[in-house]
Amino acid sequence: MQRPGRAGSPAPSPAGRAVPGAGLQLPGCPAGCRGAERPRTAAAMAWRAAPRAAARLLRGRRGIASCIDPSTGLTEDQKEFQKVAFDFAAKEMAPYMAEWDEKEIFPVETMRKAAQLGFGGIYVKPDVGGSGLSRLDTSIIFEALSTGCTSTTAYMSIHNMCVWMIDTFGNEEQRRRFCPSLCSMEKFASYCLTEPGSGSDAASLLTSAQRKGDTYVLNGSKAFISGGGDTDVYVVMCRTGGPGPKGISCLVLEKGMPGLSFGKKEKKVGWNSQPTRAVIFEDCVVPVDNRLGAEGQGFSIAMQGLNGGRINIASCSLGAAHASVLLAQEHLTVRKQFGEPLANNQYLQFGLAEMATRLLAARLMVRNAARALQEGRQDAAVLCSMAKLFATDECFGICNQALQMHGGYGYLKDYAVQQFVRDIRVHQILEGKRCSYYKCSGSGIRRKTALEAPTFPQESDSWVSEPCSALGVRCAVCECLGQGLWLCGSRGRYLVGYFKSLTAEEDI
Amino acid sequence: MAALRVLVGVKRVIDFAVKVRVAPGGAAVQTQGVKHSLNPFCEIALEEAVRLREAGAATEVVVATLGTKASQETLRTALAMGADRAVLAELAEGAAAGPREVAVALAALARRLQPQLVLLGKQAIDDDCNQTGQILAAILDWPQGTFASRVSLEPGAVQVQREVDGGLETLRLRLPAVLTADLRLNEPRYATLPNIMKAKKKPLEVVPAADLGVPAGPPRLRLLQLQEPPPRAGGEKVESVESLLGKLRHAGRI
Repeated sequence: MQRPGRAGSPAPSPAGRAVPGAGLQLPGCPAGCRGAERPRTAAAMAWRAAPRAAARLLRGRRGIASCIDPSTGLTEDQKEFQKVAFDFAAKEMAPYMAEWDEKEIFPVETMRKAAQLGFGGIYVKPDVGGSGLSRLDTSIIFEALSTGCTSTTAYMSIHNMCVWMIDTFGNEEQRRRFCPSLCSMEKFASYCLTEPGSGSDAASLLTSAQRKGDTYVLNGSKAFISGGGDTDVYVVMCRTGGPGPKGISCLVLEKGMPGLSFGKKEKKVGWNSQPTRAVIFEDCVVPVDNRLGAEGQGFSIAMQGLNGGRINIASCSLGAAHASVLLAQEHLTVRKQFGEPLANNQYLQFGLAEMATRLLAARLMVRNAARALQEGRQDAAVLCSMAKLFATDECFGICNQALQMHGGYGYLKDYAVQQFVRDIRVHQILEGKRCSYYKCSGSGIRRKTALEAPTFPQESDSWVSEPCSALGVRCAVCECLGQGLWLCGSRGRYLVGYFKSLTAEEDI
Repeated sequence: MAALRVLVGVKRVIDFAVKVRVAPGGAAVQTQGVKHSLNPFCEIALEEAVRLREAGAATEVVVATLGTKASQETLRTALAMGADRAVLAELAEGAAAGPREVAVALAALARRLQPQLVLLGKQAIDDDCNQTGQILAAILDWPQGTFASRVSLEPGAVQVQREVDGGLETLRLRLPAVLTADLRLNEPRYATLPNIMKAKKKPLEVVPAADLGVPAGPPRLRLLQLQEPPPRAGGEKVESVESLLGKLRHAGRI
């Protein structure tokens, strides 16, 4: 890509016609580069400007009075929470988002400031320092914070998830020991489930925890742990019993425990404001008092944590998409081609309208799932899966389209839109790859279409897949089929095959 | 410690990040469906009052506004930031008020509540009048310290550093006094989530504006016309300094 020439030597335009607003010329473009300046959108200028100026200009991301205004339909309280989160994001996060990404800084002080406002344990009970808010309130808050820096907000959501797990499944002593310092973000937490050999198939994890007196000795390793190495508290799913989900327990480890070490910091496409490392256990000794819940309950705890985690990650995607739509809108009004602003171009107008529509649809799905979860409805888990699947996909598409609308500028790191695209790409992958949603949602659909259930052997427990039962969807087949059914390919055919195998009552 | 009540006047204005549009007719801006929020200078005034209370110099912060029912949300924000209670001097829907009307309402409240200090923002970002504090001080016959960039309470008096055209001026005013806050007085806090929830329980009193002596009818200041500035005309390049000066003289600029 050619950069605009510096003033003083504009190339002569072959057609002899002034090309207004021509800045970056891509190879193959007939008109010569006139050395004109880049579109002076407020957001672009502010991107590298002093924090205060940036904050003022970037506050436009609050999305004032438009059809995608994220505050429609909210209660007065929720609007207040959202306002605080937007203000915090615009002032404390947005001006530094690029720097944190470029220098891979884990913004500890900024997150602690957020925790002072109550963002450290949003849905944790107040008696241990949490804010005691609902899932919907949490979704709204993360969506707003994400407009400032998606990567940091995503880490904060993981942290919140861990604190909630300790708050909900820990006994009084554990809650008092861990939650207050986590809610204030004096200490940070990481969620350790994934291993090199078990990602989607989380129930097959291998990290072992052998009981020795009143301790567990852990051996194994976890991969792709957000915050790993920099955080203080690790919520680890490990195997205390037999194979499958029922043999998994949940232990809380602290940095500094002998035998706990970390791998190298991974280099990532996005999410650079949070470190990602492997977590390694070599004869790591953990007191039994650090176990959350009962032995064998670990997988259920992990999955229930993930329900909320999925809404939170989806909410982070919503925030990034919202910010991207506003950035695209601004760019279209400023950038001129063919003698008029891009905003007069019907194709782009339609594009913007589509982006707004998809954003609204995604937001409604996420908020609906959040409501279902906080009401404890039976279909909550499937709704969370579906919402996460839909919202992360749609929002990535929106951010990508916004980047496209920026033209060549969208590809430059001077402009924020590329960071949103990079940061939310991983939301489609983690906290449950898309495929597993198809699996679980497919199972849910199967139940709801009330097909004839196959007859199970009498030892029906081993036929019920724990992950799906923990999610509230009883799948009779994934366990026995081993890898389950991945429907990311020819979706329709797999579903049909699935149903056929059931009605045929195959003896598996 | 003697009770020292601070009355803070606030205003609900169009949010500063909104792109304002002139309403059809040209005599007002569009306010329907547009996001409103607490005036930034009022926020600074409120922050100062809350800090005074936290430092122990004041005992109670009462926040008040003259507005329609929608202003209640602004008062809730103020309560979330730390005010103890709120008073809404309620106007009928569609009614407007200018600085004089606001000053009359605040004066009546001041006589009722007996504050030692009244803190206002120096101006509202919608009309930029910069009059309310001054008119209020005149009605009450209290000393005034406007454009305050530093405030410190002393027994029976308040020391105010003012930002004036010539630089900084420091005054000592006998209490009770009226102060208006300028930009550099402080940096307003974010409302914390727990405070937002506590704000629901704080008292918010609604008083009809007429009860406070606000005259019915249109405000004293009437806005005649609003128009956008003319679009920027093209410039002109000249060859020499002489021709530049000639052209400037010709255009009457020098």
